Amino acid sequence: MSEAFVSQLPALTIATLLLAAPSAFLVNARGARAISLVAAGVETVFAFALAVSVAQGGALSYDVGGWGAPVGIELSVDGLSAVMIALAAVVGTAVTVYAAQYCGRDERYRHFWPLWLFLWGSLVALFSSNDIFNLYVCLELVSVSAVALVALAASRPALTAAMRYMLAAIAGSLLYLFGVALLYGGAGVLDLGELSRMALESPAARVGLGLAVVGLIVKTALVPLHFWLPPAHANSISPVSAVMSALVIKGSFFILLRLMTLLEGGQAVPGLPVLLGVLGAAAIVWGSVQAFVQSRLKMLVAYSTVAQIGYLFIAFPLVDAATVPADAAAAVSATSFHALAHALAKGAMFLAAGTILSGVGHDRIGELTGLARRMPSQALAFGLAGVSMLGLPPSGGFVSKWLYVVTAIKVGAWWWAIPVIGGGLLAAGYIFRAVATFLKSAPSAAGDDAADRTSAGAMSWIPLVLAMLSLAVGLFAQPVLDLLAPAALAMVGG
Amino acid sequence: MPVLSQTDLYAAAGALLFCVGLYGLVVRPHLLHKVLALNIISSGVFLVLVGIARRVPGDVPDPVPHAMVLTGIVVTVSSTAFGLALVKRIYTETGAVTLSEAGDPGE
Repeated sequence: MSEAFVSQLPALTIATLLLAAPSAFLVNARGARAISLVAAGVETVFAFALAVSVAQGGALSYDVGGWGAPVGIELSVDGLSAVMIALAAVVGTAVTVYAAQYCGRDERYRHFWPLWLFLWGSLVALFSSNDIFNLYVCLELVSVSAVALVALAASRPALTAAMRYMLAAIAGSLLYLFGVALLYGGAGVLDLGELSRMALESPAARVGLGLAVVGLIVKTALVPLHFWLPPAHANSISPVSAVMSALVIKGSFFILLRLMTLLEGGQAVPGLPVLLGVLGAAAIVWGSVQAFVQSRLKMLVAYSTVAQIGYLFIAFPLVDAATVPADAAAAVSATSFHALAHALAKGAMFLAAGTILSGVGHDRIGELTGLARRMPSQALAFGLAGVSMLGLPPSGGFVSKWLYVVTAIKVGAWWWAIPVIGGGLLAAGYIFRAVATFLKSAPSAAGDDAADRTSAGAMSWIPLVLAMLSLAVGLFAQPVLDLLAPAALAMVGG
Repeated sequence: MPVLSQTDLYAAAGALLFCVGLYGLVVRPHLLHKVLALNIISSGVFLVLVGIARRVPGDVPDPVPHAMVLTGIVVTVSSTAFGLALVKRIYTETGAVTLSEAGDPGE
């Protein structure tokens, strides 16, 4: 790849989507669908080119409009950003192809396309930003397009879920902005790189960091601030559910991870990392228990997200307990890899649930007996994604749990391995409950011969492809971990 | 010397507004009140930022927080418009002005 092309890649990954989005708004549903499919293809090429060039040449930075930090807003793509952008490209392309069949040329879903492209573009911009105020703007762009996508289902539960989500998301953004204001008041800079070189000593800056973390927790839906997530994720149309659980919550978590590591959250606010870890462990238990008692499949998958978010937060006490940068970096790699593995598995699960809902007409778990015979590919996709969710080898979920357990023992905080391993057993409870129902033979053949528009096409094979990727990423984890390692080490100050 | 400098006064007033808004957001059930509460919260944050801009010594305030307030106002105006549209849609679909009336089970 030529050097000029590589230097433009950080801007190209954002510009492709942000140009496609308004174009998709101007045309009819058919045109918007075509634009989205083309944009998804182009974005995937750029995202992987970006990941390869970061792997070969290290982190890239891009001065927007020729102005660098501290005056201008600098885009900065390190290994973590590159992995998240590539992940967004894989899940995003899968969702776009799935939605091409799900939404079809239906004019009711015409606005899905521009909103989805805006959401995707805002996420890529968020993953490339290194300026705490610019991150606020990206967070708001993500929230507003995500809430609009939830409301797109237009049913009564979807509208109330969207409203509740909007109130929580905007309040979270404003808490974060208050934190940014105080951090700027204390430090006088907005660039994360420059902020990380200063010690946060003023009380204002410490309170600012605390407020920003609380705001981001609301947006990441960590227990006990998860109240908005299950209805919003379960009641949206299925391609939206998949994007929400796979990618959107990772956006706010990405900022949280950067803030807590670069600004040494454990030193600025003592006790905060342990508190986040305890809430994470609570989320694993509470989310799993709630998932087990749900009667609807999409609600089960949504509560499983609440549980899986918990794992992401186990990294903070481990980073805090680490005495050498290598161990702290391993914890950062573990949580980043978990975000990746969960995105692929959860994308597969929500899309499979969506195909089941469209094909069967409902998603009441108790009545989904015989599904393994009727929709074998969906039952298989759900089960394979479940393998990663349980953390069984050789899946992606296994790699992140393995990294967590090894790091916990290395830093002498072995007790954090308990929720990580125990969470797998809890996940087995709700996943086997669903899969066991799918495998039961159906009492009657009623509905079996109904015209099944989802038995062929993207809606039948995309969930399976994502589920297989969630396993494959475990087998081929090394290149991803190699890409993450230098970024993680830089974040923890190694 | 006054006990509170002008900067501190603005910041304290902003923090107070922020808390008033947060209280309203949690306690008031009416959706219109909730959207207004979000506006009060953002006004509080903007006031803090305006106070912070005055923190630098000299006659010229720091322009960066001003730019942040301007951007923030644009974001808030758009999200308020969107929030109001959502409230209106919920009202036309269900006739309800609160989430519990609209049949939302709560969690």
